[in-house]
Amino acid sequence: MAIECLVLGAGQDVGKSCVIVKINGKSIMFDCGIHTGYQDHRRYPDFSLISANSGDFTDSLSCIIITHFHLDHIGALPYFTQVCGYNGPIYMTYPTKALAPIMLEDYRKLIFEGREEEKQFSSEDIAECMKKVTAVDLKQTIQVDKDLQIRAYYAGHVIGAAMFYAKVGDSAMVYTGDYNMTADRHLGAAQIDRLQLDLVITESTYATSYRDSKYVREREFLKVVHNCVAGGGKVLIPTFALGRAQELCMILDDYWEKTNLKVPIYFSAGLTLQANMYYKILINWTSQKVKDTYTTRNPFDFKNVCSFDRSLIHAPGPCVLFATPAMISGFSLDVFKLWAPDERNLVTLTGYCGSGTIGRKLMVAKPPTRITLDDNVQLDVRCQIYQLSFSPHTDAKGIMDLVKFLSPKHVILVHGEKPKMVKLKEIIESELEIPCYHPANHETLHIPSTRRIEASASDAFLQSCLCPNFKFLKTDPRQDSELDDDSNNKRKMPQLQVCENRVAQGLLITLQKNQSRKVVTENELIDTIGTEIHEEKFAYCCPIYFPNSESRDISSFHLILFGKLSREFPDLNIQDCEDVIRIQSFVGSFCSKAKCPYRTDVSFQSVLDTVHFCCAWSMGDEELAWRVISTMKNLKLSDRIET
Amino acid sequence: MEFTCLSEGKGFYYPPCHILDISGFRILLDCPMDLSSLLVFSPVPIDPNPIISNEKTSLKIDKPLDASSLICAQPRYRTVKNLILWDVSFIDVVLISSPMGMMGLPFLTRNKDFSAKVYATEVAARIGQLMMEDLVAMHKEYRQFYGPEYDSPEWMKWDELDSLPIELKQILFGADGAGFAGWMPLYSAADVKDCMLKVESLKYAEETCYNGTLMMSAFSSGLEIGSCNWKITCPKGSVAYISSSVFSPLTAMSFDYKSLQRSDVILYSDFSSCNAADNFEADNNVSNSRCFYMSFDWFIMSSLLSFLFTFLFISHYSDDDVNLEASIKLGSVDEYTEEMEKLNFICSSSIDFIKAGGSVLIPIGRHGIVLQLLEQLAVALENENMKVPIFVVSSVAEELTAYANIIPEWLCEQLQDRAVRGGQTFKAGQTSMAKIGKNRQQIELMMYLFPAIHSLKLLTNWQEPCIVFCPHWSFRLGPVTHLLRRWCGDPNSLLVIEKEVDAGLALLPFKPMEIDMKMKVLQCPFLSGITLQKSHQLLKLLQPKHVVFPEILRQHNKNNGHSETSFSFSYYKENEKVHIPYTKKDSELDIAEELVNQLQSATLTKQEMTIARLRGELVLEQGRQRLILGNDE
Ligand SMILES: [Zn+2]
Ligand SMILES: [Zn+2]
Ligand SMILES: [Zn+2]
Repeated sequence: MAIECLVLGAGQDVGKSCVIVKINGKSIMFDCGIHTGYQDHRRYPDFSLISANSGDFTDSLSCIIITHFHLDHIGALPYFTQVCGYNGPIYMTYPTKALAPIMLEDYRKLIFEGREEEKQFSSEDIAECMKKVTAVDLKQTIQVDKDLQIRAYYAGHVIGAAMFYAKVGDSAMVYTGDYNMTADRHLGAAQIDRLQLDLVITESTYATSYRDSKYVREREFLKVVHNCVAGGGKVLIPTFALGRAQELCMILDDYWEKTNLKVPIYFSAGLTLQANMYYKILINWTSQKVKDTYTTRNPFDFKNVCSFDRSLIHAPGPCVLFATPAMISGFSLDVFKLWAPDERNLVTLTGYCGSGTIGRKLMVAKPPTRITLDDNVQLDVRCQIYQLSFSPHTDAKGIMDLVKFLSPKHVILVHGEKPKMVKLKEIIESELEIPCYHPANHETLHIPSTRRIEASASDAFLQSCLCPNFKFLKTDPRQDSELDDDSNNKRKMPQLQVCENRVAQGLLITLQKNQSRKVVTENELIDTIGTEIHEEKFAYCCPIYFPNSESRDISSFHLILFGKLSREFPDLNIQDCEDVIRIQSFVGSFCSKAKCPYRTDVSFQSVLDTVHFCCAWSMGDEELAWRVISTMKNLKLSDRIET
Repeated sequence: MEFTCLSEGKGFYYPPCHILDISGFRILLDCPMDLSSLLVFSPVPIDPNPIISNEKTSLKIDKPLDASSLICAQPRYRTVKNLILWDVSFIDVVLISSPMGMMGLPFLTRNKDFSAKVYATEVAARIGQLMMEDLVAMHKEYRQFYGPEYDSPEWMKWDELDSLPIELKQILFGADGAGFAGWMPLYSAADVKDCMLKVESLKYAEETCYNGTLMMSAFSSGLEIGSCNWKITCPKGSVAYISSSVFSPLTAMSFDYKSLQRSDVILYSDFSSCNAADNFEADNNVSNSRCFYMSFDWFIMSSLLSFLFTFLFISHYSDDDVNLEASIKLGSVDEYTEEMEKLNFICSSSIDFIKAGGSVLIPIGRHGIVLQLLEQLAVALENENMKVPIFVVSSVAEELTAYANIIPEWLCEQLQDRAVRGGQTFKAGQTSMAKIGKNRQQIELMMYLFPAIHSLKLLTNWQEPCIVFCPHWSFRLGPVTHLLRRWCGDPNSLLVIEKEVDAGLALLPFKPMEIDMKMKVLQCPFLSGITLQKSHQLLKLLQPKHVVFPEILRQHNKNNGHSETSFSFSYYKENEKVHIPYTKKDSELDIAEELVNQLQSATLTKQEMTIARLRGELVLEQGRQRLILGNDE
């Protein structure tokens, strides 16, 4: 058995996340993102690699799972469903389902509006696509079909972000999407159960960074913003409509209240204010602290925020403006062009900026400087540039903590930059001793997976191994503490394991006709053979005089018996395997059942120095059987000496 | 497996209670309390001298029932009396199916021998907690009036009890006169708090594991927001516990029957159809004797029609799964519209009464219905351009509505859609937030939430006519007692109550002997479970191997040909242990591949089977037994 893993996007890169995982015959697409750094076909994952049979995606995929509403994880979904024609099930969390259309609409307007020839999907397409989505809640075990089970866990990256667990048969894996291992202003930290996993696919955006306290970094941000507006400057914060915008707004709104600042805070599009409405009903997906106070004050009722009118770009005086999109293009670029030349102003970069974007250029720029815009126009940049040092992604320590906590058999790194991935891979392999890979786009990996063999077990067998020596293993709470520091749910799934210290012993019987398996105790062997083979059977539980039987073990008895029979029946093929003696259809084995139904002894009480041997045979071997039995009954002490 | 029904319950507010022994563990299914028994008590008197009504009248033998017959004392509360006979320390797990199913839980958890794990859905636990807190808050009024309670109150003395009218005795001793038991003083706020600490909350379809052996999941039942059915799986098989369920509810998420498919055993515990059938018959006599009711023929007509309709419609279908599903769905659409029509009727009646200058009092305890009704009334008032305030008066009104607004995941599809499209679920909660925020346009709805009838804010905002939602449906507790006293003489005012409330007894204290109550009463039957026709289809669809029915369904099953079903079935009665055989003789066992690979097997008896000696370690985990390589090898 193997898990097959085809990386269509975010392989040694950030953008267009898309991984196809095939577990025991079920294919799952994790994320269906877009690459905002490209304007051509490279924007989409190369879906043609999915199916050999000419692009019937509905047949080739069991389901699509979307981890969160960021465009690099969901951007290509309307294209895939409405243009490529995928029509199967799609799963995402409730908040993702509610907020994704806002993100997609924002993006569609930005990229396609006015460029009809490039138009890839319409508003209607987005709406139609979202209708196909099944919304899930955290921790629900969703049965996609008879064999495939999925479950979402809190990821703490943006509201509604989830890690997904998928299981087919005995093979199981987790795809993390983007996640954060520390709580922030509005979200809790990622949280997951200890699971038995063959594979974890994790993001690795900050594979080599280690970060200090959140609080210090928030204060630094506020200081920079405060200094700027105090000096009459304008603050431009390019963000996506959702996620960062709300978090920073909470921080600013709170600070404005406390310090009684009167400088206006604007949201560039009405859309974002509408998004705040959604945040209000999604309180349950935020941090515990936010949840605890919602009845008295909803923290997404921003008091100091109003919507922005284009005419305000030229208005004098300080202000703070949130403008989309984050990597500076479209509207945020328009504002940037006007505000960048003034050294009193400030641009705050809020997140990861892909290569080729203006955001990326500013990350390395040292004002005053001059940067080249897309259309070869030069722009003087004299304003300050501030890069937020807190991010909704986990740092290297968080990745290590999660991998260590889950202890999967294999790790795959995606959603990061190759050099950093290489370093992290080395650490994972050396410190945790887990094989780790970082495939490039379009690469396929084969990973071995566990398989278990199903059998039925008789009560007697289970009893025999259950009675003594139970060992209760609880997961060590100290080990979990890292995952719990702001537990989104107060309760952690108790992972109680009950182990049996003693070795379980029994016989595994496999029927050849249907490969069905049954585990029984030795005592049940004859009965089982009788019922499993539908052929007339005769049985007899033969008492054998065997002096000092208490002090001997069964195998020595078998040896004696075997020796005796071989001498009595030299022309027959006598086999002694696994303590069962076989001669043609005759089978016999040691019997310790107190009340064996095949016993004909007058007394059921154990007679001193007597053991029982249960025998069964089919009609054809009747004569032979009784000859064997009489030989066994006449087993003498002398036979023992001869061996 | 052993199953014992402790109580069949009594309608929506008093769900059934059972004990299930499975795999060596004892599970208590629900822990309700019979709040309708409060009817034997008199509401807190307005008169500061309560002694007058307590004259020694014990000499009268067959005293007719009137307001003065009610017990004037601090009420005690009736718990499941058969549960008291069980040793609390032997209960391993308690599964809660609805907020109503946990009302009696603090009685159990405050017992120091109680050590079981309690599981409930997140929302049932939260709403249940609010309901219990509200009950404690409302009871406080009694405590203030009567003072602290004695160990054995006067009314509980034998001759006092014996002198009560027969109607009250029936409630006190049970319909069968079996005995006076299970009457407890109410728990305290601290008991409720402690109780909640012992509850583990789950999402729908979240799997939880007890002791490595039992896997349990809750699936939406549709009865009320957060209510559920349970699926319990052990290595020997699976059991589905089906409580009262609604296919297409107005507010709650609909009945998730698909997740219960292919359970080996179904414990059928939806008594609603029996209750409904009873009500239906009793109806005519009752309505004749109580002439002060407004005609509610309309309801009977409409439910009768749709009953016939569904029946005829369904009979056209053949038996395969797809059609079964289709017919259940179609039937559900009817249910939804029918329930919606009931609400519309309440709305239009309310508006008529308000136009005539009266007020409307709605003491309904179903949160799903209340939220929808608030919504409908707000819309109706807006359409009529009427500036009439809606007051929601309860100690937990604000928390409850605010909470209802942040759980879109737990609501029916229609409301979820609204949440996804517009970012809001209920108007009620929006106003509660708007009060604090600054969203002006919402306030025009004139919907106010107040913690108590005497709160200052209510007094300043009060205006009549108005519409008031408030507890408690028993008419013995809460703001409703005060408001009813205020309006019971007003023929232009309307009281909306549920069908299952015994209106005659409930309204007794508000109807002085000489005068009839002038206020009009609208009694409305809300859907509380699976109809008989649907239960038949449902079970076909679920494909169980065995079903355990309540005894009262025996006759019905005979008439409806349940005898031709693919599953076997048996019946249970209150307080009688039923043995249910496991459907599998053997347990399932997973063997690690590594272990099998190193086995040396030999072929036996003409190649028909192979046999191998197995050595390994048995692990019990998440309800699965696994044999893995032992450490010693
Ligand atoms: Zn992201
Ligand atoms: Zn991402
Ligand atoms: Zn034997």
